[in-house]
Formats: sequence, structure tokens, C-alpha cells
Amino acid sequence: MDELLEILRDLHEDIDFETCETLIDDKILDSFDIVTIIAEIANTFDVKISAEHITPQNFNSAKALYQLIQKLEAEE
Amino acid sequence: MQTHILDYLTDAVRYAPDKTAYSDGTDSLTFREVYEQSRSIGTFLCGNQVGREPVVVFMEKHPKTIAAFYGVISAGAYYVPIDVEMPVERIRLILENVQAGVMICDAGTIETARTFAFQGRIVSYEECCHTDIDEAKLEEIYEASIDTDPIYIVFTSGSTGVPKGVTACHRSVIDYIEHLAEALPFAEDTVFGNQAPLYMDACLRELLLTLKFRATAYLIPRELFLFPVKLVEYLNQYRINTICWVVSALVMISSFDTFQVAVPEYLRLIAFVSEVFPIVQFHKWKEAVPNATYVNLYGPTEATGVCCYYIVDREFQAGDVIPIGRPFRNTQILLLDEQNREAAPGESGEICIRGSSLTLGYYNDLQKTSDSFTQNPLHAHYPERIYRTGDIGRRNDRGELEFVSRKDYQIKHMGHRIELGEIEANVNLVEGVKMAGCVYDKTRSKIVLFYTGTAQPREVTAALRTKVPRYMLPNKIIQMDRIPLTANGKINRLELEKKVQEEKKDNG
Repeated sequence: MDELLEILRDLHEDIDFETCETLIDDKILDSFDIVTIIAEIANTFDVKISAEHITPQNFNSAKALYQLIQKLEAEE
Repeated sequence: MQTHILDYLTDAVRYAPDKTAYSDGTDSLTFREVYEQSRSIGTFLCGNQVGREPVVVFMEKHPKTIAAFYGVISAGAYYVPIDVEMPVERIRLILENVQAGVMICDAGTIETARTFAFQGRIVSYEECCHTDIDEAKLEEIYEASIDTDPIYIVFTSGSTGVPKGVTACHRSVIDYIEHLAEALPFAEDTVFGNQAPLYMDACLRELLLTLKFRATAYLIPRELFLFPVKLVEYLNQYRINTICWVVSALVMISSFDTFQVAVPEYLRLIAFVSEVFPIVQFHKWKEAVPNATYVNLYGPTEATGVCCYYIVDREFQAGDVIPIGRPFRNTQILLLDEQNREAAPGESGEICIRGSSLTLGYYNDLQKTSDSFTQNPLHAHYPERIYRTGDIGRRNDRGELEFVSRKDYQIKHMGHRIELGEIEANVNLVEGVKMAGCVYDKTRSKIVLFYTGTAQPREVTAALRTKVPRYMLPNKIIQMDRIPLTANGKINRLELEKKVQEEKKDNG
């Protein structure tokens, strides 16, 4: 989780990613962030997030995103 | 001969009043509604002594925003679009440049507008879109207008840190739209899926071609560009068949294997603009949507949108360059070498544009205008303006134009035109920064910032966020003990680029 938080903080140092659950709803993340996050996750966790997983629900909080990573890691 | 841009609207209303002109999926306006609301706004403005002057439009991406643009033009004024996406500092510079007397807002922006240092009057769209139309007054303004009068000012990145206001007139826009319409297959059943923000000139093609062909344009909500599957579903839901998008938006879809889940069913014209389309991604599109016509568009804001096009008519292999093709009719491209002579066949030269599609220049900046819009150096017989793009191009063996590189430090990143100098100028304003140098890592599409000083990288980002648009924020920030300089004391970008390459190697 710490590695993921680090990736997110690099994009928006002013957001408390441990508690924020409205990253999409409040338009905090933009399309550039999404592309960057997916690339960084691929580098760090060695999992590939494909289009079907790029949904508002999965990107609305760090927690949801981390659950997605764990799910994808388990599938591999 | 058409000399007024709003003739497109008058004609559309005559033949298809009740057809949907613009929609965002939730709200729609018919041609008649666009016409009537714009005439009300025009009446309101001239009732408030607005003449041939800038009017700021600060509204969200919505069909009404377009009616506001036309309303401003019907009053004989020219619109200056600003947007909630723009950082406050950029908005401040724009407002300071144009010194408008009126700003039109909507319910979502009016509170923000009141926080600006704006001397003029702030009005809401709803307040002026019901004004009783003064036909006689609007007709009088229409009759008095000239096709070299401005219709909009859009702002683009400037290397000194101050954005430049490109000012277009009726003639340049009509020339652009007429010849674009002639070159590509548009029709009454065209359904556009607009991606470009309304504060950029790129949206003109959808806005005006919709009027000209009595077509329909969907303004795709920008948050959909975060979610590729939803985006494709939106295209299918509204049977969108024509898109002109920046390459990064197309790549967003193809690079995440979206096509395994959802495929655009109705697309028949796919135009891409603003960047080089990576061939691998281009192939994914062609495989998923094989029957569409693919078109590469090229052109600077200074020449009103795009001026060159290439309809893909052959296969491209990895490593090939998709050409930018040839100019629209009534526009000529000159390739000029360093001695201002025409480049020999196969040789590269600066892409220079001549024709009626040239805009008027930069608002309130005659100096910068004359630096970029110069006398055609091939003759001195009569005054003739050309626009020097700063892009280097060449003609390939088939005689098609190809984009080669930039002459200066302007880059294309995520579909946006950015001057690295503008980022540096703004970083230099951050407290605790001594000196900044920016380079672009093309292979990874990253803006890399180097700086010296006591400020922490995070502090630099936080400060920058208030000054430049999101897409201009560096993707990587490196603090240094000293910035390498050239012999004449300028920032040594080659040296910085080398450092970027070394870092890549270190990280494997």
C-alpha cells in the first residue's frame, strides 16, 4: 500500500490519499494521472491494468485501487 | 461570397430548425434554440454598449456555451473563452491582456468569476439568454461587419511565460471551414464526437461544420476521456460516426486493450491531430475499425485550426512516418531553409503558411505578431504575410509533406502545445528556486524539470499548479547543485537531455 501511496503522492502532493474516496467524483485525477498511475503500477507491482478495470469505482480511492492490484496479482 | 461566419447558422435554422445541433448527452439545443439564444445574447450585449471588443465567455463544456460564442459574434464583438481547467494565474494574465467589459458565466462558474480581479461586468447566461431580440439592431451590426473583423481570441503557450492571444477573423475561419469541408467527407448525417475543449480553436471544426452540414455534434464530457470503455460505449450510444481527436485520446483507448471489451460501431471518419500517431497504436485502431477513413491533420492555431491533411491510403510499418500530406486548397506551404530560400526536394525547411486562413496575429502584441507573421521572404514586390510555424518539415518522395521536428523548444505533450520556456519562466518565479531548465523526454512522453535552489520538488509542483495548466506540470523534477550552461551562458539543454538518457540507463 505504501508503494501505491507514493505513486499517488508524486502526482498530487496535496491530497490525503489514505482517506480520500472521491478521487474521480471530485475530478482530482485527470486522464494524464490515470495513464501515469497505470504505467507506474505496471513498473512497481508488475500487474497490467486493462481497459475493463479502468472504471470510476476502481480509481476513486487508493484503497479501491490497491484492492484491484491485489486481485490482479492473485489472478496471475 | 460568404463574409460572415453566422451565415452558417442562419442557413441551418432555415433548413433544419428543429434538428439537434449540439448535445452533451444530457442537454441539447436545436439549431433554432442556438439561433434564438444567441440573438438574445447579442441583443443584450449591444444594449449594454458592447461594440467591436472582446467579451469573455467563462462557461462549462455545454451546448449553451456555443450559443454564447455566437451571441458575442452577433453583437459584433469577439469572444475570449476561458475555462475552469485553467489555473488562476493564467486566467489573470488573459483578463489583464484583453481588458474586457463583460464576462458571461454560467451557474457553475459565476462564483469563481467573482473572485477574479475583473473590472468589467459579470453576467450570467440565464440572465441574458431571454432578452427580447432587437432584430433591427442585430441586422444593422451584421450589415456593418467586415470579414477581417475578429471573432475570437484563443490563448496559446508563450515562451516568456505569458500566453499569446491568437486572434481570428471571419475570413480566416470561413476559408478554413470551406476548404476542410471540401477535402473530407462530411454530410447531413454526420454525428460528431467532439473531444477538444471549447477554449481551443480545435473545437471550431465540430462547431461550424455542424452548422454548415446541418449535422449534430456531441460534446463528450471530459471525464469520459479517463475511462476508455465508457468512452467507446458513449460513441456507440449516440451513434457517433466522425471524430477529430488528439492522438493521446485515441491512444488512451487502444493502448489498454479496450477493443477486446468494446469496439466503436459507427465510426466512419477518424481524424487525428496534434501529435505523431505511434504506428503500433494506429494499427490497433485500423484492426478494430477497419472500414473507417483515417486522416492525419496538421496546423497551428495561428493559421486557424488545421491547414494540411493526409487521407491514409496505404499501409505503414513500424518506423514509418504518417505524412501530414498537403495543404487545403487556397493555402500554400513554403518550406524555407536557413537562408530563407525554398528547400530543395527532400531537404527539410521551416514550414511557413500563406493564404487567407492566416489569423490576424497576437492580441495586444504587435511585436510578437511581426516576429512570427513576416513578409514572404521570396519576394519584396508587395506586402504579403506568411506565418512561420517553427516546425521543420520536408517533402517525401511522393511529394507529401512530413513533419520532422521543432526549431525551438516548443513541444507537443498529451495533445497540447507547450513552450518549455513558459514552464521555466514560471518555475523561476517559485520562492527558493534559483534557476530552472526543462527538457522533453520524447520516448517516454515526459516533461523533465531540472532546477537549483532550496525549494523542495513538492513545493515547486505545488507552486506551479497555481500558475500553469495541469498538462504543463513536469512529470519528473530533479534538484541539482548547478545547471549546466553553454559558452554564452544559456541553459545547456543538450547536457540536460544527456542526463535524462543516463538516468534511464541507470534505472534499467
